[in-house]
Amino acid sequence: MVEHRPWLTALTHAVLIVGCLVIAFPIYTTFVASTHTLDKIASSFPIFPGGQIIENYRQALTVGSGEVGATVVRMMINSAIMAFGIALGKIFISLLAAYAIVYFRFRFRMTCFWMIFITLMLPVEVRILPTYKVVSDLHMLNSYSGLILPLIASATATFLFRQFFMTIPDELCEAVRIDGGGPIRFFFDILLPMSRTSIAALFVILFIYGWNQYLWPLMITNDEKYYTVFLGIKRMLDVGEGQADWHIIMASTMLAMIPPVFVVIFMQKQFVKGMTETEK
Amino acid sequence: MANVSLNNIFKSFGKNEVIHGITCDIKDGEFIVILGPSGCGKSTLLRMVAGLEQISQGEIVINGKVVNKLEPAERDIAMVFQNYALYPHMTVFKNMAYGLKIRRMPKDEIEKRVRRAAEILELSDLLDRKPRQLSGGQRQRVAMGRCIVREPKVFLFDEPLSNLDAKLRVQMRLELRNLHENLGITSIYVTHDQVEAMTLGDRLVVMKDGYADQIGKPLEVYEKPQTEFVAGFIGSPSMNFFDAALSSDGRGVSFPGVASMPISENGLSAHKGQTVRLGIRPEHLTVSQTGDGVMQLNVDHIETLGADTLIHGHLGESDSGLTLRLAGVHHFEKNAVISLNISDDKLHLFDKETGARLGRGAD
Repeated sequence: MVEHRPWLTALTHAVLIVGCLVIAFPIYTTFVASTHTLDKIASSFPIFPGGQIIENYRQALTVGSGEVGATVVRMMINSAIMAFGIALGKIFISLLAAYAIVYFRFRFRMTCFWMIFITLMLPVEVRILPTYKVVSDLHMLNSYSGLILPLIASATATFLFRQFFMTIPDELCEAVRIDGGGPIRFFFDILLPMSRTSIAALFVILFIYGWNQYLWPLMITNDEKYYTVFLGIKRMLDVGEGQADWHIIMASTMLAMIPPVFVVIFMQKQFVKGMTETEK
Repeated sequence: MANVSLNNIFKSFGKNEVIHGITCDIKDGEFIVILGPSGCGKSTLLRMVAGLEQISQGEIVINGKVVNKLEPAERDIAMVFQNYALYPHMTVFKNMAYGLKIRRMPKDEIEKRVRRAAEILELSDLLDRKPRQLSGGQRQRVAMGRCIVREPKVFLFDEPLSNLDAKLRVQMRLELRNLHENLGITSIYVTHDQVEAMTLGDRLVVMKDGYADQIGKPLEVYEKPQTEFVAGFIGSPSMNFFDAALSSDGRGVSFPGVASMPISENGLSAHKGQTVRLGIRPEHLTVSQTGDGVMQLNVDHIETLGADTLIHGHLGESDSGLTLRLAGVHHFEKNAVISLNISDDKLHLFDKETGARLGRGAD
C-alpha cells in the first residue's frame, strides 16, 4: 500500500514533524524554564534557554528547593532503589510463579493461576487501602521495603512468562532430566538463559513503572529520607501562599527524566527483540 | 552394555488403559525397533523405559535391576528426541557436555569425550555453533552426540529421523546402523516407518492399540506375520486382503474372482469350511505368460516408479481390488487382463474374527 508520490512523502513527514513537536514542546518548555532565574520565568516566559543552567541544576542536586529538605540526588537515589527493587523483584517473583504454574503439577494449580490472573483487573489504586493497612501493621512505613514489596507481585509479568514457558517444548525439560538435572538446574541452566530477551524487555517496562510510582510513595512516606523524585517534586510545589521555586522544580523534572531515557536507550535492542521474537 | 526386560508392562492414564501388558526381553547389544501406527502406545512405552512416564503395572529391568522407581538420570540411559530437544542457547560443545557437567566429570575427561564423539559424528568443525545455525541432519547428530558422550547402558530413540527430509533420512539411517555396530550399545528405537524398522532392527516389536502383536526378526515379521494387522502394516504397498472360504477338505481356498486355488499344506484342517482372511503380498504374484494363471487381473491403473511398476486392478468380474508389484518397467493398457500365479507358500491366512495367523508359521 506504500505509494511513491512526492506530495505523500511530504505529507507524512509533515504529520510526523507536527507529532514530534507536540510531544517535544512541553519538554522544551521545561528545559527552558530550568535555565532561567525565578523572576524571569515569573514575569514573562522566555522562549530561549537562559544562562542560569549550572546554578539551577547545582542547587537542585545539592540543596533542593525551599522547605522540602531533600536534595534531588537523594531523591533520585531513592527512586533508583525503588525502581530497581520493583523491576528486579517483579521479574524474580514472576519467573518463579510462572515456573511453578507451568512445570509443576500440584493441587489447585489452575486456581492459583486464575487468582493471579484475576488480580490483573485490580489496579494498585483499588487495593491501596488494605495494602496500606498491611504495610503499616508490619511497620514498613518510611522504609525501602515498604516502598518496594507491595508493588512486586505482578500478574502481567507472571502471565507473560507463563505464555513464554508454554512455548518451550517439554522435551527440553525431559532432556535435562535424562541428563541428570533437577528442577533447579532446569530453571537456571535452561529457562533463565532462554528467557533473557523477555526479561530485558520486561525490565525496561517495569523500571519505568517503578520509577514513575507516585501514589504509593505519597501514601507511605513522610520522611524526607525516603522521598522519591516525583514525590519530591510534588512537595516542592506545596508552598501554600508562597512562590514555588519553578526554576528548581523544572531542573528537578529534567533530571528525573534522565534515568528512564537511559534505560530505554541502552536496552532498546534487547527490548525490541524481547517483544518481537522468542529464542527457540 | 546391558540387557533390558519389560515384564508385563501396563500403562493407564487415569481410567484409560493405553498399554495392555507387554513383555519383551532385549539382549545386550541388541537393536530393538518398536513399530506401530501413531497412537499405538509405542512412544509411551519408550518413555516408560526412559523413566519419563510412571509404570502403572509391571516391571522394567535394566541389567538385573528393577528401575521402576528410579529417576531417568539414575537409569543410565540416553535418549534422542523427535525434535532433538537441543538446548538452544548452548553451543554444540556445551550441549554435548551438559550431562557430563551435571555428573561432575573432570573437565579434561569431558573435553576428551566430547571431542571423540564429535569426531565419530563429524561434528568437530561445528562445536562452537549454536543449534539454530545447524541443519536438520547436523542437529540430529548433535542429539546423538549428547547420548554417545554419556556412554550409557541403553540408547533410546523416539522417532529421531522423522523430521528429516527423505534423502537425509536414508543417510542418517545408515549412519545409525554403523554407529550401533561400532558401539554395540543396547538400543530401543521407536518409529512408524517400516523401512527404518526393517533396515535398523535386529528385532521388531510391532504394536497395535497398546498390544505387541508380534515380536521377531524383521524377515520373520515380513514372511510370517502373526496377525492380519502386522501383515497389512509391514510391506509397501501393503498386502492384498480378501474374504476367502476354505474348502471343506481344507485343501483349497476360494475368494471373489477366483473359484478355487489349491493349498498344499496340512495345518488348516481344523479350519476347513470356515471363512478366513487371505493375504497376498503385491510382490509375490507372478505373471503367467501362457495365460493359465490362477487369477485374472483386470487392470484399472498403473503407477510406474522406474524400478517397479505397481498395477492396480480387480479380479475377474468381481470387485475385489488387488495391487500387483512387478520389478522393472511394464506397460499394460487399461482393462487389459493379466493372468497371475502365486506359489501357495506365499499365501497368508488369518482368522476372520481374531486376525490371528492360521496354518503354516502360526504360533
